[in-house]
Amino acid sequence: MAFINYASKEINCKIVYYGPGLGGKTTNLQFIYNKTSPEARGKMISLATETDRTLFFDFLPLDLGTIRGFTTRFHLYTVPGQVFYDASRKLILKGVDGVIFVADSQEERMEANIESIRNLEDNLEENGFDLKSIPYALQFNKRDLPNVLQVDEMYRVLNFKREPTFEGIATSGKGVFDTLKSVAKQILIELRKR
Amino acid sequence: MRSHDFVLYEDGLYRLEEALRRLRLDANAKAVFLVDKNGQQIAAAGEVEQFDVTSLASLTAGNVAATDGLAKLIGEREFSVLFHEGKQDHIHISIVAKRAILVVIFDDRSSLGLTRLRVRQASGDLEKIFESMAKQAEQGTMANTDSSPFSEITDEDIDALFSE
Repeated sequence: MAFINYASKEINCKIVYYGPGLGGKTTNLQFIYNKTSPEARGKMISLATETDRTLFFDFLPLDLGTIRGFTTRFHLYTVPGQVFYDASRKLILKGVDGVIFVADSQEERMEANIESIRNLEDNLEENGFDLKSIPYALQFNKRDLPNVLQVDEMYRVLNFKREPTFEGIATSGKGVFDTLKSVAKQILIELRKR
Repeated sequence: MRSHDFVLYEDGLYRLEEALRRLRLDANAKAVFLVDKNGQQIAAAGEVEQFDVTSLASLTAGNVAATDGLAKLIGEREFSVLFHEGKQDHIHISIVAKRAILVVIFDDRSSLGLTRLRVRQASGDLEKIFESMAKQAEQGTMANTDSSPFSEITDEDIDALFSE
């Protein structure tokens, strides 16, 4: 649900990073935070456990610049990936404009990826959205690890609707901005259609 | 424009800010914020410059969403008021017009009782403003479906955002 403020000439949109636990959602946000100028970003908030696992969400507000005189602001959120935090994941999807799914490329995490996409589909539906139509991109993260599956194999199993798909190494930033841009573009194109 | 996009026009913002300014004075509060349930700040009044309003909006919405979840778990529809008491500053949070969150930050120059009373009074005014804003948006949509400036966004405009 985009928030269009004609008074201050701002468009605010919400992007949620989804995916299994320890897949790199928070690392995506941390990379964006570190590589963005302080004028373009707000404070990054992480509600995490003492062992740095996401407990509720991470949040990063980001200004992309102006479009037709409107400041375009994206609010990036991550969900907690661990299975038992499902209630929190549902809450964070409220009012979402676009989703980035961060898949873990390690072979042993494929089941967790598949389960998490199913969970995303269900939780979107509970919030009145449809994965088939919402702006969406897929990132195969951790491509630098030794035990990763082939990209085409992952694509075959995880790609839902021929959404834009990117290889990523969130720790070094590979694919991080490409994935974000892809969903941001889809959201703006949706806005144009309305 | 999707019907559930939240659109705020200048006139609506002015009226909301006016109501918040009144509430802030009546409640003797430090600052008053109105936040969308999805975590976007709508309007504010008072000593707002000392707060990180974007973070405040996001955390407030998260707080309300989590509390809503708790309410449902025990069979309540919602907990309409939340109160956080600090050593010096306190936060009073309430739901207005079902979709907005009213946040009042106050210190010992005010009190919880006074804040609750004034919030109750202001909530009625805010609800009326939201209702008239909704009507206005509906009429606007019916009168001219092409009025959105975003319908003219080009691919170049979008690409330009990402070129820097």
